[in-house]
Amino acid sequence: MSAALALGDDALVLSHRLGEWAGHAPVLEEEVALANIALDLLGQARVLLSLVGDEDELAYLREERAFRNLQLVEQPNGDFAHTIARQLYFSVYQHLLYERLAAGDGEFAGLAAKAVKEVAYHRDHAEQWVLRLGDGTEESHGRMQSGLDALWRFTGEMFQPVEGLDSPESGVDWQALESSWLAVVTDVVERATLTLPAGPRSGGWAAGAGRQGLHTEPFGRMLAEMQHLHRSHPGASW
Amino acid sequence: MAAVTADQTTQKTLGTANAAGGAGSTGAAGAMDPADADHLAAFDAAVAADERIEPRDWMPDAYRATLIRQMAQHAHSEIIGMQPEANWITRAPSLRRKAILMAKVQDEAGHGLYLYSAAETLGTSREELLDKLHAGRQRYSSIFNYPTLTWADVGAIGWLVDGAAITNQVPLCRCSYGPYARAMVRICKEESFHQRQGYELLLALSQGTEAQHAMAQDAVNRWWWPSLMMFGPPDDASSHSEQSMAWKIKRHSNDELRRRFVDICVPQAEALGLELPDPDIRWNEELGSHDFGAIDWSEFQEVLKGNGPCNEQRITQRRRAHEEGAWVRDAAAAYAAKHAPAQTSPRTPAPAPASASASASAQTSASAQHVEETA
Repeated sequence: MSAALALGDDALVLSHRLGEWAGHAPVLEEEVALANIALDLLGQARVLLSLVGDEDELAYLREERAFRNLQLVEQPNGDFAHTIARQLYFSVYQHLLYERLAAGDGEFAGLAAKAVKEVAYHRDHAEQWVLRLGDGTEESHGRMQSGLDALWRFTGEMFQPVEGLDSPESGVDWQALESSWLAVVTDVVERATLTLPAGPRSGGWAAGAGRQGLHTEPFGRMLAEMQHLHRSHPGASW
Repeated sequence: MAAVTADQTTQKTLGTANAAGGAGSTGAAGAMDPADADHLAAFDAAVAADERIEPRDWMPDAYRATLIRQMAQHAHSEIIGMQPEANWITRAPSLRRKAILMAKVQDEAGHGLYLYSAAETLGTSREELLDKLHAGRQRYSSIFNYPTLTWADVGAIGWLVDGAAITNQVPLCRCSYGPYARAMVRICKEESFHQRQGYELLLALSQGTEAQHAMAQDAVNRWWWPSLMMFGPPDDASSHSEQSMAWKIKRHSNDELRRRFVDICVPQAEALGLELPDPDIRWNEELGSHDFGAIDWSEFQEVLKGNGPCNEQRITQRRRAHEEGAWVRDAAAAYAAKHAPAQTSPRTPAPAPASASASASAQTSASAQHVEETA
């Protein structure tokens, strides 16, 4: 498995999920913000997938078992708090990872240096919303806690070393990455008057096999929608 | 896409309520306070001299009401207009097209924000205008009540709907009301970009496989007539037009703009290799312009009355997004109130809770800048 495929699939799939929000966001500013984040991620996905092959063939003609994204990013949007919990977990991870890649001299250093600015914005957006929802009303507090709890078990997978990024030259120490992630998330969750979820973060019977092409049920349906038109016109250009 | 249209000019024709809530007759109404008479004279002189009217300037009540109605309708059209295109984001057939479409829908939300802000300079608020939209008391462009049935519809909307909107909106860049005119300058730039992208999408389909070409032709067949209706009713049935032209809100009549649009589209359709679904289009040597077939105004009126293919669906989705987002906006307001800077005096009433988007506003400007950087 190539690291570009894993990181590219993460960005592609999360971008798609955020694209589903268009026209449904709770406030107009969030229509802009969610679309903006989705666009950034799609841009990253296109660069990464192009390192592996043809971006459209990879996006539209692979089946579920060939995708290497984290299970976290394929999870359905749920309510706004659920979406924000997914954004917090992933954007903190992506920010810390890209910072390290940008500082290293591996093949992703240049790409990561560019993307890290975008991802810093995504992370800030997620953190600010976790604070507002956690420390907002009783209802928003409850919903934010539920979102964090529900997605918690998908977070351990993020720290299984990605093939190709598991040597010292990559600049990524996966254990240190996990500790930093946990420290950041703990701080945000506490400032938001929320509780860090209990329970295992990986190793459960399902969570944590996306990198091996083992996904959750909603993912196949997402791909069916995403790929349908492209697959209906084999060989066409758009 | 933007679609300020001339639809609003039909409101009076159709006898519907004046959305802005009791516009007077005209600025020149009967017995007038002498001070107001002076103001009116100054206002008329400014309009005649092509000067811009600004928010703090005196203006006739009816001018204010007309502008609020038109700008609100324009803003609502941007917001509702996201739906038919967003319908295809998750199915866009290539990553490049997906990125273009997402950026376009994002721009539309941004245009809605500019326009609500511009309308707020007239003494209304975004919340109030959205409430009126949700209650069915203010309109949005009739065009968005048509469904996007295939991918080619995304191209047809870009080419025809955005094209019609631009034809309508470019003259608004010279509208007498400053904040509206300035919003339009910015919006028109982005719209022109969207329109070219739509054209290019259709061109790729038209020159693609047989199935793609057929898809493109079918979309043009379905969107052509509704696009012509975006210019509003014929001049002899458009009763707001005369006053709007006198105030220099409008610069050209509905029929004049419609004809201009047809003249632009005919050669573009040829270049696309697609046919316009009107056997009566022919060059009129005398006018130096194209004649075209009769528009089915009964269909237009049905759509305006709420009986178009998607009226119910569009407004239901908008209301649902608003209702389901209420707890998020409440949370942002509660957080802002809790974290507001300390009061200087205990007697001062608490500041109005920052709107849902106190934080989100800051994000928007960051994000707008961000888009420009990545564009």
